[in-house]
Amino acid sequence: MNLLDDKDRIFTNLYGKRDRSLKGAKDRGCWQGTKNILKKGQSWIVEEIKASGLRGRGGAGFPTGLKWSFMPEAKEEKPSYLVINADESEPGTCKDREIMRHDPHHLIEGALFAGFAMGAHVTYIYIRGEYVREREALQCAIDEAYDSGLLGKNACKSGWAFDVILHHGAGAYICGEETALLESLEGKKGMPRMKPPFPAGAGLYGCPTTVNNVESIAVVPTILRRGAGWFSSIGRPNNVGTKVFAISGHVNYPCVVEEAMSIPLKELIEKHCGGVRGGWKNLKAIIPGGASVPLLPSSLCDNAIMDFDWLKDNQSGLGTAAVIVMDNSADVIKAIWRLSKFYKHESCGQCTPCREGTGWMMRVMERLVKGEARIEEIDMLHKVSKQVEGHTICALGDAAAWPIQGLIRHFRSELEQRIAERNKVEIKYVAAE
Amino acid sequence: MLRRIHPIQPNGFKFSATNMKWAKEKIKKYPPGRKASAVIPILWKVQEQEGWVSRPAIDCVAKILEMDPIRVLEVASFYFMFHLSPMGDVAHIQVCGTTSCMLSGSEDLIKVCKEEISQEPHSRSSDGKFSWEEVECLGACANAPIVQIGKDYFEDLSEKKFRGLVKLLKRGKIPVPGSQVGRFSCEPGNGQKSLQGKNKEKNNASVQLALRGKDTVFKKNKLKFNSV
Amino acid sequence: MEDLKKILINGNEVEVESSLTILQACEQHGIEIPRFCYHERLSIAGNCRMCLVEVVGGPPKPAASCALQVKDLRPGRNGEMPEVKTNSKMVRQAREGVMEFLLINHPLDCPICDQGGECDLQDQAMAYGLDFSRYQESKRSVEDINLGPLVKTSMTRCISCTRCVRFMTEVAGVSELGQTGRGEDSEIISYLGASLSSELQGNLIDLCPVGALTSKPYAFTARPWELDKTETIDVMDSLGSNIRIDSKGSRIMRITPINNDEINEEWISDKTRFIWDGLSRQRLDSPYIRVKGKLIKCSWNDAFCTIKEALKGKKIGAICGELQPIESIFALRNLVGSLGGKTECRIDGALFWNKNRCDYVGNGSFADIDKCRTITIIGCDPNFQSPVLNSRVRRAWLRGAEINYFGDKCELSFETICNESSLEKLNKFLIKKDKVINDGDHLIILGRENISGESGKILLEKVKNFCINKNSKFIIIHSGANSVGAIDVGFTSDVGCQKLLESSDVIFNLGFDEMELPKKDKLLIYQGSHGDVGAANADVILPGAAYTEESGIFVNSEGRPQMSNRVIFPPGDAKENWAIIRALSSELGIDLNFNNLVDLRNEIYKEYGFLSETNNLQENQIKSDLDISKFQLKGEIKAVVTKSYFFTNPIARASETMAELDKLKSTKQKKNVISV
Ligand SMILES: Cc1cc2nc3c(=O)[nH]c(=O)nc-3n(C[C@H](O)[C@H](O)[C@H](O)COP(=O)(O)O)c2cc1C
Ligand code: SF4
Ligand code: FES
Repeated sequence: MNLLDDKDRIFTNLYGKRDRSLKGAKDRGCWQGTKNILKKGQSWIVEEIKASGLRGRGGAGFPTGLKWSFMPEAKEEKPSYLVINADESEPGTCKDREIMRHDPHHLIEGALFAGFAMGAHVTYIYIRGEYVREREALQCAIDEAYDSGLLGKNACKSGWAFDVILHHGAGAYICGEETALLESLEGKKGMPRMKPPFPAGAGLYGCPTTVNNVESIAVVPTILRRGAGWFSSIGRPNNVGTKVFAISGHVNYPCVVEEAMSIPLKELIEKHCGGVRGGWKNLKAIIPGGASVPLLPSSLCDNAIMDFDWLKDNQSGLGTAAVIVMDNSADVIKAIWRLSKFYKHESCGQCTPCREGTGWMMRVMERLVKGEARIEEIDMLHKVSKQVEGHTICALGDAAAWPIQGLIRHFRSELEQRIAERNKVEIKYVAAE
Repeated sequence: MLRRIHPIQPNGFKFSATNMKWAKEKIKKYPPGRKASAVIPILWKVQEQEGWVSRPAIDCVAKILEMDPIRVLEVASFYFMFHLSPMGDVAHIQVCGTTSCMLSGSEDLIKVCKEEISQEPHSRSSDGKFSWEEVECLGACANAPIVQIGKDYFEDLSEKKFRGLVKLLKRGKIPVPGSQVGRFSCEPGNGQKSLQGKNKEKNNASVQLALRGKDTVFKKNKLKFNSV
Repeated sequence: MEDLKKILINGNEVEVESSLTILQACEQHGIEIPRFCYHERLSIAGNCRMCLVEVVGGPPKPAASCALQVKDLRPGRNGEMPEVKTNSKMVRQAREGVMEFLLINHPLDCPICDQGGECDLQDQAMAYGLDFSRYQESKRSVEDINLGPLVKTSMTRCISCTRCVRFMTEVAGVSELGQTGRGEDSEIISYLGASLSSELQGNLIDLCPVGALTSKPYAFTARPWELDKTETIDVMDSLGSNIRIDSKGSRIMRITPINNDEINEEWISDKTRFIWDGLSRQRLDSPYIRVKGKLIKCSWNDAFCTIKEALKGKKIGAICGELQPIESIFALRNLVGSLGGKTECRIDGALFWNKNRCDYVGNGSFADIDKCRTITIIGCDPNFQSPVLNSRVRRAWLRGAEINYFGDKCELSFETICNESSLEKLNKFLIKKDKVINDGDHLIILGRENISGESGKILLEKVKNFCINKNSKFIIIHSGANSVGAIDVGFTSDVGCQKLLESSDVIFNLGFDEMELPKKDKLLIYQGSHGDVGAANADVILPGAAYTEESGIFVNSEGRPQMSNRVIFPPGDAKENWAIIRALSSELGIDLNFNNLVDLRNEIYKEYGFLSETNNLQENQIKSDLDISKFQLKGEIKAVVTKSYFFTNPIARASETMAELDKLKSTKQKKNVISV
């Protein structure tokens, strides 16, 4: 497989080295013929996005066009809202940051198309609180767009009034969950809502709402310009388009890069990241899609394909396409323990299995890192994770359970070994007494 | 972590005139009757002004937004970026400790904090100027390990580099944020394989904004950038 | 409009309303679903996850039945009927899992927990709990909070169901509790450690499914299985809340609400709940007579003889208080009548009514508050009159009803469209509303205080005429538990209270304690339960039972008769009130036609048949025989609240708990926002 050509890259200023101003963005193709595309009508846009095969880039991979089509006809007393999820808090993930600070006009123009297509006149972009500079950069771009009439009462002279309002959080991973995000946007604690009702029925302020990830929205203008066919020709069926990957951990050159969907993992790492530290043979495991997906041991990595279906078939997931690489020097148990700590820290505390279960799992993991446990506790931990999974209000419970399940699935022997080692030491100690 | 409001509280809180005006503008961004939506941004403004969120500030925000004070306290205590007690006067240092950063050496950075600032997180250094904590994933993993100081990210750190930064801060200087090993942003460190071509900008967006704003490290301290 | 839907529950086909939740649907068909956070009178939180059920054909994970509506169930792929299972392996495993999570951080302190024996967690743990613990880590402990004199906390036991937070915000309307922090470190706290101020806070004790919030006054005094439980009626206000009184031997241990959708739903006010210490203090437990200016204890015989002597050739008149049951009021009316005297219960000077029942009870019911889109309150501070009733009005507001208020300034727990204090404004308002509101879509809540006196008559007629025109309802809120009942049985005279008191030589005061009676060379007889205002300047004191010590009929503000029951016996020589009057009448040689309570009630029912239909609300037709066009409403609406909420009757004034609450209230600041 060849690397994606620069001409097929959507985010042509991902690293921010080129002119980041509106003028620069326009030179690179943003905001060209926007009005004419809007003229083709709402349903044309929805159909085109459906046809492109775009699946949500926020983690769950739900078909974006289909999601938009759930939005009911807008009414005066219940306006529709587009809410853009820029919370980017999934450990390992750092892709939306680059779009927002370096190539923001894709996002803003995408918001106009998406908002128009679903009948929304207002979009809120919810950015995580820590991204202060990114917020400032994005706000500059929004201001520029307003100043040039691209947004506002008559956006791009299309007759469609459209406002983009930047809102921010203040440090809570859970606010990435779409209904928690809406709660937070309403000025409450970020506690996920029960579904149904789904946001398309009753979302922000009880009005029809669609929540989309930054990347899902930011790729829209290019798809509409170059056509659904172009987008869907990249990647494998059902897993199409370009995708921004973020690779961190034990590679020689960690980076964020836009590549074709379905790129083999090995190629992604070798070509863009200068390979695994100490060579491919030195690879121990990867987490392919951000903290909440189960890891893959090196044995599965050789042929791994970075897309929704391959990873799902191999009991993991594409998630946010944030690849965390661990070489043989890494303590994989500790790495997963750290994720357990993360989930315990970020559980909103609303529902019982997650509130109590994340703490329990973390504490058992803490002991497993040191080997201070009994062998049976591995199975118990697995059961506890199953007791959390599927029983919670939102998917954070599942996300907390899966990394542990993955660890037990692929590294049980390592867990057992550590316990054995630790106990041997203790037995010796007792004997010496 | 337990999140309680500090036992010692100031007598009052007042927004500066500019901040008050800013707050009123902010509220207008939300539909009528939805003032509460502005609670996070406004509490954030409180923290920018005071360094932390005190009880009188919560009362004041509740009044501005016509909310029950308990609801504002709930919000202030739910979101971990709000400090419910005073942090370091010069800077509060947040070290990302989640897996990507941990794999890249964040434990060494925490060690530096303990040695240079204070043994315990969330407590001030003996001169009151600094404080630190370990935070969860800051969302810049391709540049791990990362530390956030004030509004800025310091990326691609090592124990040595980070200790240098802390020392610089102690001397009253502001280090330049961004990658500390000379990367522009998140491109591969050995040169990018994509998007090659003519470049224009001098710094990445975050660094450029930091240098322009001079508000990187917290508070009224008139510190100067070390080298621009 | 019912929208019925057929579904399968555990294989049985049932037809249920599609707006119901699965939990409610199961309950309707006799299937109990365990729950902690769900409460039918609070918003749905869905956070405890105990109520999980299996939805066949849905996602391969259980769903929270408390939150999922029947209408959201999808038919199967081939159009099969939606199916729910509550007893499958998936469900059992899920619930066991949740139960285990709830218990890992819960202290094992049932033996020293007041909730023991009536704890949902304890009960569910028996059904779903494991008998051993797999949890090796150390348990979390949580700091207690001080919520004031009523609610005791033990926050380590809290399971974060948030019922308490939701109750305070939604029902009580004061957001004093919140859940701060997040994750396993989140805590339930009051705003910065303040004690609670709501007059409904006691309900938290019932709501908390575990022992985190328990009763402070009741703390460690009894175990539920040692208690005798009596269902009866509360007399602290004119609502007639249904209550259960638990006693141990001759002591009342606690009071809890009984659900009655028409009246108190399942709440009671703190006054109702915590009044019981007042029932054993300041009690009159022996007859007294005044000898040389001093009250001395005496026998019943001495007391009766003194009365007999005093009555010789003298005119008698009688008044009554608001806590007396129909039985004693009726008996006294007949006795005084036989002696040629008059009786009066309308001490406030309300003169004009008693022929038409509508004139003092209106034609509506409390439940009408739930139905109307516009509610207008006139001269009545609903929270003062009855916090429980107030919560109903608040709920109406929360569901979108328009509320208008006419009266002196008071702290309302809802927003009002119109908020005025003058009768002129009210006049204008009624004229305007007459044109715009739909038939039957309006309810007026009228405070009794404002329809006494001549000007009150005009107000009442205006309201009546408005209601006739718009085919709508009004209710009158009285101050006492049996204010309506006393009028019902004709404890009234045509001369009015003032004249009656002036013209009588001997005044029989049946439990009226709200002001001192003019004495001047008259003989005052006081019959009642407490040594309060009425007894202070009496010449003869006849010690009677309190409402917990005899069975009696009470008629509430909407005109609904209810029967109270005896919980314990009156203290010392005190007797049931009707029996005292019966005994006195034989002493005076008058035959009252009854020898026991059954006969007495038959006498009452002979005259007032509707009183025999306890719990039934009789429909009252509005009649107006006054041409109101000649009259104008003028002046200010009378202030209702002249005394402390916690001191409105002799029992309350005897209670130390009430005194403490009163003190607390006076130090509390007013709040500036209405909680939503
Ligand atoms: C615990 C949790 C955290 C999440 N965090 C994010 C996030 O940071 N950013 C994001 O875009 N989606 C996040 N999601 C996914 C969103 O709920 C939602 O699916 C997504 O925003 C939909 O956008 P998409 O259809 O464009 O992918 C999170 C979900 C869960 C359960
Ligand atoms: S799963 Fe966790 S984060 Fe999600 S609602 Fe439940 S407690 Fe909150
Ligand atoms: S009762 Fe349904 S989740 Fe608690």
